[in-house]
Amino acid sequence: MLDFLARLGRGGLGSLERLGRGHLLLISMLAGLPALVARPRLLVVQVFNVGVLSVLIVTVSGLFVGMVLALQGFYILSRFGAAESLGVMVAASLVRELGPVVAALLVAGRAGSALTAEIGLMKATEQLSGLEMMAVDPVKRILTPRLFGGFVAMPVLVALFSAVGVVGGYFVGVGLLGVDDGAFWSQMQAKIDLHEDLVNGVIKSLVFGFVVTWIALFQGYDATPTSAGVSRATTRTVVHSSLAVLGLDFVLTALMYGE
Amino acid sequence: MERSGASSVQLPSDPMSAVLDSYGGSHPRQGRRAYCPSGECLVQVRNLRFSHGDRLIFDGVDMDIARGQVTAVMGPSGTGKTTLLKLISGQLRPAAGTVEVEGEDVHRLSRGDLYRLRTRMGMLFQSGALLTDLNVFENVAYPLREHSGLPESMIRKLVLMKLEAVGLRGARELLPGELSGGMARRVALARAVALDPMMIMYDEPFTGQDPISLGVLVTLIRQLNDASRLSSIVVSHDVRETLSIADYVYIIADGKVMTQGTPDEVMSDPSAWVSQFVRGLPDGPVHFHYPAPALERDFLERGL
Repeated sequence: MLDFLARLGRGGLGSLERLGRGHLLLISMLAGLPALVARPRLLVVQVFNVGVLSVLIVTVSGLFVGMVLALQGFYILSRFGAAESLGVMVAASLVRELGPVVAALLVAGRAGSALTAEIGLMKATEQLSGLEMMAVDPVKRILTPRLFGGFVAMPVLVALFSAVGVVGGYFVGVGLLGVDDGAFWSQMQAKIDLHEDLVNGVIKSLVFGFVVTWIALFQGYDATPTSAGVSRATTRTVVHSSLAVLGLDFVLTALMYGE
Repeated sequence: MERSGASSVQLPSDPMSAVLDSYGGSHPRQGRRAYCPSGECLVQVRNLRFSHGDRLIFDGVDMDIARGQVTAVMGPSGTGKTTLLKLISGQLRPAAGTVEVEGEDVHRLSRGDLYRLRTRMGMLFQSGALLTDLNVFENVAYPLREHSGLPESMIRKLVLMKLEAVGLRGARELLPGELSGGMARRVALARAVALDPMMIMYDEPFTGQDPISLGVLVTLIRQLNDASRLSSIVVSHDVRETLSIADYVYIIADGKVMTQGTPDEVMSDPSAWVSQFVRGLPDGPVHFHYPAPALERDFLERGL
């Protein structure tokens, strides 16, 4: 029993210690922002790595999610004679929830795991120590551009996901199921609110982009510098990022739409 | 260190401790004062203590690294030779003691001052530590671009000069993944001297090298030291190569300096342990066999 409690205590202290290290790393990364402003090319490269290289998976996923939404939405709405509201249902679902959440989960799986593996391997092959010895701060030079690269890329990826999703919904709803073309677009235009829907979606995407990239970078930087350690860190990135995105989505939704 | 016939065997935690105990807790030349022949030390290590978790790595180490010389730090694997370089360069903090480089306590410097000092220290990592997404030219140019503020045309000339010195000017377009281990280490050496540092630390430079690469590296280290008036610290357990270029040698084990002196003095050291280490004898104070119960007992213990 005492052993169990001791293990529990050690585990708890270890988690708190990791949490503390993660926040210290975040502060160090944020302190690198002025240096990044002076060298914007570093940011552009990372926006490409995190953002552009994720475009394909986000686009294809967005298309299918929009199509499925239209299909399910049509069957439910048509029972109540409200099939013309399909456009607004698809758009609201995507812009408010599915766009930010699913795109963030996809980015965590594709770009987040890649970031963790990259940083972990740089640590394992002493590249980070090598930079330190060249009097170059690896946090500011390597991690900060990646953090802000994810932060900048995520809202664009979310917008792309939602836009492609709406197009997918249009093809299924109007093209296959016969919903009125004008009603699909006009109801969407009338009911989707700039602040309530779009701005809140953008805020969510910014928060998710920041958190997913932070978790990925911390896991890579904190990884045990062995192949097994990097592998574990990559797995942790996907698990922790996904849970963080889903948990934060609940909190943000409650704050944004709660009475 | 009982190997046979014992029914209950007390295993010492570390074979090296047993060796030290056989000397009555200290080696004959262990307490010898650190040494700078010209009276001018570049690095002074005093009473250095460092632990990794529960494991004591250094227990009161004193060392002097003389300016302009090649100083070798040798010892068996796992004795903390690489850790010593990390302590000297400020990548690790000691539990106690001081490390002074050019009279400045490395571990009391601000981050900015430490980075300024590091621009004058080069380090050759065991793995080379080249940036894998940059080619050979860009790797060598990296510290110059970061710190020199020189125009691109000048950086190009300097990089080509450094690559010429290590014989790899023709390989400047290759990526690190396309280099052999020996070539990668030579590129890393060119990068380490790119800013013309006052000292270079070599971490196991000879490990895993073929005979030709080995000969090239040995010659390069000595030539660079003399031609560029550097000070070099070579951490290695390759005795023959290291002693062939070193001016002064420290041998460390079990957290202490076991012996020190010129290569000749170390080679003629009377202690059995040093003699075993520098001659690479399979058995001696450090046994070939890890402490274990009797062989017949192990065979008979299970099943039959």
